Amino acid sequence: MPETRPISAPDTIDDLDRAIIRATQAGFPRVPEPYAAVAAEVGVSAGEVMRRLQRMLDSGVIRRIGAVPNHYRLGFRGNGMSVWDVPDDKIRRYGRLIGELDFVSHAYHRPRHLPEWPYNLFAMVHGRDRGEVMLKVERIAALLGDDDRGHDVLFSTRILKKTGLRLGHGS
Amino acid sequence: MDAIDREIINRLQGGFPLCERPYREVAGGLGLDEEALIRRIDRMLEDGRLSRFGPMYHAERLGGALSLCAMAVPEARFDEVVAQVNAFPEVAHNYARDHWLNMWFVLATETPERIGEVLKAIESATGLPVYDMPKQEEFYVGLRFEV
Repeated sequence: MPETRPISAPDTIDDLDRAIIRATQAGFPRVPEPYAAVAAEVGVSAGEVMRRLQRMLDSGVIRRIGAVPNHYRLGFRGNGMSVWDVPDDKIRRYGRLIGELDFVSHAYHRPRHLPEWPYNLFAMVHGRDRGEVMLKVERIAALLGDDDRGHDVLFSTRILKKTGLRLGHGS
Repeated sequence: MDAIDREIINRLQGGFPLCERPYREVAGGLGLDEEALIRRIDRMLEDGRLSRFGPMYHAERLGGALSLCAMAVPEARFDEVVAQVNAFPEVAHNYARDHWLNMWFVLATETPERIGEVLKAIESATGLPVYDMPKQEEFYVGLRFEV
């Protein structure tokens, strides 16, 4: 039973938003007046572009605006996907607690696939190498105590495909 | 990497201002001029320390859907299955991991319904089961990353 839980709210964005998304998803122009440059491309005023971006920030369509660092290129070569089996009734509390750790970049609740896959909490842990990641994973284990009913860490060995998400092309 | 680049990365992972001259405004706080800031950002984009500079969009809020999927691929068939899976345009990222579930990929589709269809198509193309692990709740998506 494949289930997806999208927060689907396409009705909150319109064609102009989509045009702005297409014009900016690869990044802002690095020119003194970047919003004026985007505005010229989509055919509205710079003020309108700023208002739309602010609205998408407020509604959560944009998570944040700024620099997106490349962890790997910055020397954080050990990136481990840590997975945890924690009691369902405590997962939200633990998810937030783990998400607050400065070495965790993503934390999600995902479905178990019993019996072979008992893990319901995923946290991406970053470190300079595998040893550092494993030490950090131990800190998470200590934080969970007896509620850590089992965990594992999966390291990537190869990137098989990496393409940007294509956004804003929806109907 | 010098202290100024580090400062740019640490301070600019969010909150880039929406005003006429945003680079000038940020540069002021860093003790730089506008042109120097733009040049430094350009250089970090060129050498890959930054993968992007701009808005980070939330795919699902745009009406699309994402799911994380895993497969246990027999080593002898690995390259063949990589090619079969990657042939689907909905497969956005794909990583080999050292685990019995040795292939992990992200599906990105324009509608939630399409996730299930693509999963079935991948299973029939490869003859292998796909473990579907869509997120049920998001607790945190990194905002800070100190260098």
